[in-house]
Amino acid sequence: MVEHGDIRVVHRGGSKINFRKPVITNDSRFLLCASGESVKVFSTSTEECIHDLRGHTDLVTGVLIKPSNHLQAFSCSADGTVRLWDFTDGILIKVRLLPSIVVCPVLSVSVSSQSLFQLVAVHLPQSGDQLVEARELSAVLTGISSNPAATVFGRGGEYIASANGLQLEVYFFKKQKAYRFSLKEDNKKGGKNTFTCVACHPNDDCIATGHEDGKIRLWRNFNHKKEYTYSTLHWHHSAVSSLSFTPEGTNLLSGGIESVLVQWRYNQENQRDFLPRLGAAITHIAVSPDGALYCTSHSDNKITIIQSCVKVSAVIQGLVKGESVGTDLMIDPRSKSLVLNGKPGHLQFYSLQRDKLLYNLDIVQQEYIHESGLQQFEVVKAAFDASGNWLATVEERKQKGAELELNLKLWAFDEQTQSFVLNTTISAPHEAQITGMCFSHATDSQTTMLVSTSKDGHFKAWQLAAQSQTDGKQPSVCPCPSWSCDFVGAYHGLVPECCSFSADGSLLAVSFQEVVTVWSPASWELLTTLSQPPKAIRNLCFGRLSCSKYLLGTTDSNLLCCWNLLTCSLEWSTSMDVSLLLADPLSENMAAFCCQAGCTDLFVFKPSEPRPLFSQKAVCSGMVTRAVFAPREEMLESCEESSQWLNRSQLYFLTQYMDLMTFTTKTEEERLMASSKQLVIDDSVAMTPFYLLLGKHRQQQQGGDDPQSGVSAERTPLPQGSVAIKELLQTPAHVLPSTSFLCSMFVQSLLISVTDSSKHAEEEMESEKEEEDSEEEIESSRTRPEQQAAVGGGEAAESAAPAMTKAQVRELRRVKKLDHSWLAGLLDS
Amino acid sequence: MGEFKVHRVRFFDYMPSAIRAMAFNSHTERLALVRADGALEIFNFADHYFQEKVIPGQDGRAVEALCWVGQRLFSAGLNGEITEYDLENLRPRYTVEAYGGPIWTIGSNKQGTLLMVGCEDGTVKMFEILKERIQFQRNLERQKGRIVSLSWHPSGTLIAAGMMDMIRIFNAETGHATHRMLVERGVGASKSREVVVWSVAFLSDYTIISGDSAGKVQIWDGLTGTLVRTHLVTKWDVLCLSVSQDESSLIAGTSEGTVVQFQFISSTVDQQEEEWVRTRTFKNHSHDVRALAHTETAVVSGGMDTQLVVRPLLDKVEKNTQESAMRKIALPHRSLVCCAKKAGLLLFQFPDHLEVWRVGESDGHGKPGDSLPVKRKPEKLIQLKGKGGDHIYSSALSPCGEWLAYSTVSSVRLYRLQYNNISITKVSKLPKDLCLGHQLCFSSDSTKLFASSRHSSVIVVALNQLECKYLHTLKPKSGSRQPVHLLCTSEDGKWLATANTDCEIHVYDLHKRKLHCTVPIYSSCPTAIAIHPTTSHLVVVHADQQIFEYSLVQKEYTEWSRKLQKQGLHSLWLERDTPVTHVTFSLKNPAHIILHDMFMFCIIDQSLPLPESKTLLYNQMTLRSLPEQERIRHSHAFKICKNFKHVMCVSLLEDHSLVVAAEPVLHYLSEVSKRAQTTLSQFAGQYIHVMGL
Repeated sequence: MVEHGDIRVVHRGGSKINFRKPVITNDSRFLLCASGESVKVFSTSTEECIHDLRGHTDLVTGVLIKPSNHLQAFSCSADGTVRLWDFTDGILIKVRLLPSIVVCPVLSVSVSSQSLFQLVAVHLPQSGDQLVEARELSAVLTGISSNPAATVFGRGGEYIASANGLQLEVYFFKKQKAYRFSLKEDNKKGGKNTFTCVACHPNDDCIATGHEDGKIRLWRNFNHKKEYTYSTLHWHHSAVSSLSFTPEGTNLLSGGIESVLVQWRYNQENQRDFLPRLGAAITHIAVSPDGALYCTSHSDNKITIIQSCVKVSAVIQGLVKGESVGTDLMIDPRSKSLVLNGKPGHLQFYSLQRDKLLYNLDIVQQEYIHESGLQQFEVVKAAFDASGNWLATVEERKQKGAELELNLKLWAFDEQTQSFVLNTTISAPHEAQITGMCFSHATDSQTTMLVSTSKDGHFKAWQLAAQSQTDGKQPSVCPCPSWSCDFVGAYHGLVPECCSFSADGSLLAVSFQEVVTVWSPASWELLTTLSQPPKAIRNLCFGRLSCSKYLLGTTDSNLLCCWNLLTCSLEWSTSMDVSLLLADPLSENMAAFCCQAGCTDLFVFKPSEPRPLFSQKAVCSGMVTRAVFAPREEMLESCEESSQWLNRSQLYFLTQYMDLMTFTTKTEEERLMASSKQLVIDDSVAMTPFYLLLGKHRQQQQGGDDPQSGVSAERTPLPQGSVAIKELLQTPAHVLPSTSFLCSMFVQSLLISVTDSSKHAEEEMESEKEEEDSEEEIESSRTRPEQQAAVGGGEAAESAAPAMTKAQVRELRRVKKLDHSWLAGLLDS
Repeated sequence: MGEFKVHRVRFFDYMPSAIRAMAFNSHTERLALVRADGALEIFNFADHYFQEKVIPGQDGRAVEALCWVGQRLFSAGLNGEITEYDLENLRPRYTVEAYGGPIWTIGSNKQGTLLMVGCEDGTVKMFEILKERIQFQRNLERQKGRIVSLSWHPSGTLIAAGMMDMIRIFNAETGHATHRMLVERGVGASKSREVVVWSVAFLSDYTIISGDSAGKVQIWDGLTGTLVRTHLVTKWDVLCLSVSQDESSLIAGTSEGTVVQFQFISSTVDQQEEEWVRTRTFKNHSHDVRALAHTETAVVSGGMDTQLVVRPLLDKVEKNTQESAMRKIALPHRSLVCCAKKAGLLLFQFPDHLEVWRVGESDGHGKPGDSLPVKRKPEKLIQLKGKGGDHIYSSALSPCGEWLAYSTVSSVRLYRLQYNNISITKVSKLPKDLCLGHQLCFSSDSTKLFASSRHSSVIVVALNQLECKYLHTLKPKSGSRQPVHLLCTSEDGKWLATANTDCEIHVYDLHKRKLHCTVPIYSSCPTAIAIHPTTSHLVVVHADQQIFEYSLVQKEYTEWSRKLQKQGLHSLWLERDTPVTHVTFSLKNPAHIILHDMFMFCIIDQSLPLPESKTLLYNQMTLRSLPEQERIRHSHAFKICKNFKHVMCVSLLEDHSLVVAAEPVLHYLSEVSKRAQTTLSQFAGQYIHVMGL
């Protein structure tokens, strides 16, 4: 993967947040979860992502709160490191290297490459360095399951329980003794006894195990070889995927594919509570240390936060990834968000920049029934026009023995609601499946045109036409135009596969198996046909900008052809098995994913140049069939030739395991790291009310700055606006009066002052006395050894601290007398 | 093994009766079990769960509870009587009226000196156990409402009594109630119905455990009378409880057919404090579990579905041994069918009546596997109802089919049958000595009737057209007091063999009218015996599935038997869990021994080599697919046919056709559920209708 030194394939945006069990912090305010190569910190109340802890260079495989300091968290990753973070501020504290890959947050589980998993205890060396190599490893258990949910610590860490296959192993640390219990493969009634997950009771010696057939067994007396015993609970109809005890041990939570969270009363197991209709199969269950919140991860990349009264309080939704993406990956031209199939029957709009699901658009508008084997409407195709004003979707339902049901829907963007509104529904637009669909790209043209190709041998052009108002005496209530068919084209009865408009919309290329036909959309005249050694065309793509005279196509016979449309001849062709050909809408670059020997290679080239700009072998395993160029918000200024193609847009692709990957350059990564490091220094200021106010202030200031100033821009000097603030920030911490005193002064300085000093004149005398007292305090505190103030830039500013004016001192005194409880209330909220 | 014409008899619709109560004696390892028709059965758990003794019931006699006191067995029932059984003569020894209305429960103290019963009128009555009888001692303080369950604290000072809606604790010395613990009623509709505490158990640490009709198993502190824990086990009733000897495990039977186990275990490894935790659930019954016993290694349960289930606790036994296999005992371990070989008649014994059937006829021939057309349908000739309400213990049909005899607890009856125009006449004058017949048997020429009597003796009665005359009594020398449970004669009329539950087998010479020999005693009880018609070898099959052949002439084990013992039986043969109940011989081929158990019948060909431990035991299907030469090489002495289920009888008729009385399982099960439904509805009305008793 390091062929090009600085370009890497990374998980960024839209990664799984349900990959591993999330962790709720001790105060139940934050939720930490592994997400691709970073750890995300979400707020449990607002569902917002607060921090993105970056630093790992491979998938994060586990997150755990540090038991001795509940404000720090460990994360481990497949890159072989365990990192310690301060998650409230997003600082990386320590990195520990482990010789092998770590997958489990329980203790640390190292993996040898032969898919044999071992549980090892890691002794973390105490050292001040940020990077420490842990050498002391001792194997605890061998042959454990690769699923971290199958290994768990028991009561107070006295023992560890691990299940693999049909065996449960309990290892007592004190006695250094392991007990193994195995079950029969399946019983007579067809139940499957394979273990799926394990949970330990926090106070009692009771281990709960989940099984493939939906049973939960509660094991007791497991410190005996033979006299162990278990009881069985059975509610789930298929495998129990996660189990968790509440911190007091009064309840046991279980979940599985039924998407129902079941809460069992410990020792009164026939009393259960259910939280049904959670939307998708439960993959993990986590409970906050105070027991106030539960959270469940779901298979549709969602985390649900549930209050302990079994009520959903928040939902954190990631990019929904189904079994397959019927629609291509698309970019919504307006919101620049990624659009693809989401929930069944929906299109999801996912912001890659903010890594957040924006909204779901219900396309099918029918209730989805959660039952396997039912054939229901699915969105199979979707297309945006260039301006993002129109969205075309195709949904189909194929029932056994029934005719194919097809609907073409056209959606107009509504400025008022800022969402798409259904404009036209065309039922049965074609007689057979639609194979391709595209809008005319020309932004300047008056009419928008949609072309769809179908297996019935026709392609149809659809055009927006104002509704004729001849039918009614009254003018129709909605005079908006609707779509209708403009032209039906065919070519020798062949089946059209792909269609593509040229950049200016003057040409339409439609491939009919091995023949490419070029049409003029203005007159619907067949201009020319281009053909090639017989094999069906797989992809068809016009060049952009300076290369717009080229038409590129790939065939099943491993050929990439480039035609010159001016000469109507083949410009060049090369032999490669291209699975996906893609044009960057913002540049001339084209990307071709080639499948070779089980791996996918990427070539980026310009049609006019014979040499590829960039090539990378073995981008990922398996075939890549979905990819998209996403325009960047701000351009990169990379001068390196090989990474220039990434300057304007970013290439995202889906692997066969439905992981969304992208390419990143070293400079980009450095910039990201730098910004987070910058944060480290600034955020080392404690999380005080000052910080909140200050941070806001600074953001405003930054907003005015030139965004291009990059790294240096963030080092802007602190606000100098008010003298009081300067006073606060530039005086060394140890000489400052008490915070409550300062706070009021600070707040006062922010208020629009209305002088009413006369009102408090009589109180001045008394306060003068107190003032003297505090002065003495300040004197005495000066004798202490000076400590470095943590305030950024405080050191330099110290000398410049001006003396307070008399008036200010008086004001300070007056302010001190005021009742500030309202402020405290405000800050608390 | 040759071809047989098989009469598949499916008209013996024998239905076992529901299990009502059981008691386990851990010293003798005997389980006493009582069925809804009042029949008592004793199983020997030390000897492969063999059903040693059966005492038939009586019409209208509902036994509710059983109790072992040492070797003595007491029962009490809704007729308000306490009965002690005479296990040697297989009859009730005496009954004592308790004068408290129907009795729901019976219990004894640990010392075995006192017996207490809980009565309908709310009294707990104490009886002193004397050597030969019991004597009323006193009443405990009388309560309002019936006493449904009782349990004595091991120290003997306190008694817990389960009643309607409450549990009372009595001081055994003063007879006063010390605590009154209210049991919560069920929720919903059952709130208005009073809750019945079906079962209580008093543990030595003064914990009381109760099971009630609201589906709860509750744990109480018996000293303070407070509730410790409630386990809601079922929506319906918890009918019975049983605690293991060491009080570390408890089982509760429910009316859903489940048995729930609770264990007394500490919640954490190093802590000493223990509590009762619900652990396993066994579901082996389709209907109510009415009776439970917790042996040291197994859970024994029985109920409405008539099966006795022995479910070993896998943490107490070695895994994958014979002991760890679950057993279901569905049919009695004795033959209820008698076949008159010469006449082609079958006698079926039901608890309260007998049926004589003539097997069907067919003259067709066919290939193996064909079903032949029936020329004459089987017909029921006679149905004979038992007299006096006593149920039938044993019955016999003479080989010629002209004589029929049956015995009850109190008497023996003999009938003469005629078939040309069917008539039955009772032989009115029977010899006085013939009053007890545990087993009945006719000689092969139908001239003599043998009836086993007290102390393993056999009474011989001569029969002819005019009269029946007592000839003599054969007595063993051993002086065993146990009853004879197997009786057989030889074809030539010379030998008579008896087997008793002391595992003794005596052979008498009928010509000399004296004991000929005693077969060396084997540790396991014989389950079937037969004398070979030509060689006069006695074949004995024991409860542990061993087979012996004893030459009566030489008075020693035969060569074949020695070879069999030396080589050992096949492990699969030994693993079968139902005893062989009948042995017979082929007239055509003297080397053939035909025997059967509940699931198979087997023809042992003594001329073929014995199966090695590695060879396939059940090989009939594979043999059929082999060519002739191969077949000979692979065949061994045990030819087993598993085509039938619930085989009640396999017998050879004179014309060399085989009679197999077997029930199709489906039929059997549907019958159980049908019957259980009707009994359930009867049971539901039980509270009310027993008041009148």
